[in-house]
Amino acid sequence: MTSIIEFIHALGKYDFLQSALLTAVMVGIMSGIIGSFIILRGMSLMGDAISHAVLPGVAVAYMLGINILIGASVFGVLAALLIGFVASRSKIKTDTSIGVVFSAFYALGFILISMAESSTNLHHILFGNILAVSDSDIMTTAVVLGLVILFVVTFYKELLVTSFDETYAKTYGLNVQIIHYALMLVLTLVTVSALQTVGIILVVAMLITPAATAFLWTDKLNVMLVLSAVVGVISSITGLYFSYTFNWASGPAIVIVAAMLFAISFVASPKQNFFKLKRSVAR
Amino acid sequence: MLTVKNLTVAYDDTPVFSDVAVNFNAGKITGIIGPNGAGKSTLIKAILNLIKARQGSVDYNGQSMKSVQKKIAYVEQRKDLDLTFPIDVLDVVLTGTYGKLGLFKNPGKAEKQASLDALEQVSLSEFKKRQIGNLSGGQLQRVFVARAIVQQAEIIILDEPFVGIDLQSETAIMQILKQWRDENKTIIVIHHDLNKVTKYFDDLVILNHGIVDFGPAKQVYNPKNIESAFSADLSSVLFQEKEGVQ
Ligand SMILES: Nc1ncnc2c1ncn2[C@@H]1O[C@H](COP(=O)(O)OP(=O)(O)OP(=O)(O)O)[C@@H](O)[C@H]1O
Ligand SMILES: [Mg+2]
Repeated sequence: MTSIIEFIHALGKYDFLQSALLTAVMVGIMSGIIGSFIILRGMSLMGDAISHAVLPGVAVAYMLGINILIGASVFGVLAALLIGFVASRSKIKTDTSIGVVFSAFYALGFILISMAESSTNLHHILFGNILAVSDSDIMTTAVVLGLVILFVVTFYKELLVTSFDETYAKTYGLNVQIIHYALMLVLTLVTVSALQTVGIILVVAMLITPAATAFLWTDKLNVMLVLSAVVGVISSITGLYFSYTFNWASGPAIVIVAAMLFAISFVASPKQNFFKLKRSVAR
Repeated sequence: MLTVKNLTVAYDDTPVFSDVAVNFNAGKITGIIGPNGAGKSTLIKAILNLIKARQGSVDYNGQSMKSVQKKIAYVEQRKDLDLTFPIDVLDVVLTGTYGKLGLFKNPGKAEKQASLDALEQVSLSEFKKRQIGNLSGGQLQRVFVARAIVQQAEIIILDEPFVGIDLQSETAIMQILKQWRDENKTIIVIHHDLNKVTKYFDDLVILNHGIVDFGPAKQVYNPKNIESAFSADLSSVLFQEKEGVQ
């Protein structure tokens, strides 16, 4: 209990902690929203792939001294296009295509990073370094959050119909490819923002775990989006608290909280019917 | 009139059918019959541009299919949908209004009312709030028919709509199709129950990796055509029974 009060005190005192909290909350919201579409489209693996494939973009951005959002977006979208290209132009299945492309990008990223910067930076990219966010990082994250919300609100109905029934969307003339690649672009932007809080390795957890948790509680897409964002925010704040209090790395702390929330939902949600299932199995 | 010219479609090296030419008339319910794997669904998908034809063209009153895309309603055969998707029956039907709304416009009161009316027509009103995974197969099929209703299309294409549906719903859907026919729409139905062919359809296309015959159902549905598309045995069973009754 005293540690919670301490945490709140520290929040009032230290700018870096306020920045960290603000960033974590924004990332929790955006990854919860975009993650919902990722899991509903059966693209969890794609989410993981894109989050790793941005690494060379991050390295190139360091080298050229440009905003990492730009470098990362280029490589994230390039990876998505390449995955789609390989899968559609051959008999290779999409998950295999994802595996080939993202590991190649990831490997390239390691090589470029080692050429560009010291290894401490690599550590931060992989595991996140939320206690070191700058004011410009906060601005960038805020812009991405704005874009995510604008994208989802504007194209809600297109995202819904392509996620639910893509063939039908095609028959009425919707360009489902553009929706797909726009979502991949937004996913890339979210990934880059989440790099700071949880790092590349755990970005996929922020995308998938809150969304999966929300999915267990509702049968309505709009409710799921909001719930998922809420779960993302709670995970971020609580994780940051653990990180500060026990000196854990912020990324793993946030992800563990998200996983706990999922576990509770898994047992308690009416949709999952955990107890009923168990009983009927036992019978 | 929907006109198919010299259409050749292939998934791999050997085409499913080559050089298919056939017309679908407005104000008619046209049935498509043929054995499993004959290429019925493939023909429809090629007409809808869901698969690229290797050769040939399709037009609707001289216009390209792309330009009339928003005037088409299509109910697929056996959808492999994610039945756990967080969406209820009413919202599925509501997606039928998306094509006409276009980008940046959201369904409002009118669209919602149209969807409720469509659900009423397929007798699913009481299920409107139900998540779609919690329906029977036949009820789910009727949800997609309801979505086709709200699309207010000129061309309606149904791929085996009566599979797994009870007779009562089948009759109700046929009633809707007949109403559309009287509104001069073009209706295409892939069907496998040969006994009802002449009862349900005005025109008939018989397919077996190519057109066996097409034209008015009463003429085309004859022992010779059924024999060449299916088998002599089937033909004799179907037509002997008929003669026996007469
Ligand atoms: N996606 C696909 N890839 C490869 N071959 C396919 C594909 N879809 C269908 N085929 C093949 O094309 C042929 C025609 O299939 P189609 O689905 O058009 O038949 P159908 O007449 O609709 O049959 P059914 O009565 O079983 O629905 C079949 O031999 C089938 O195996
Ligand atoms: Mg078929």
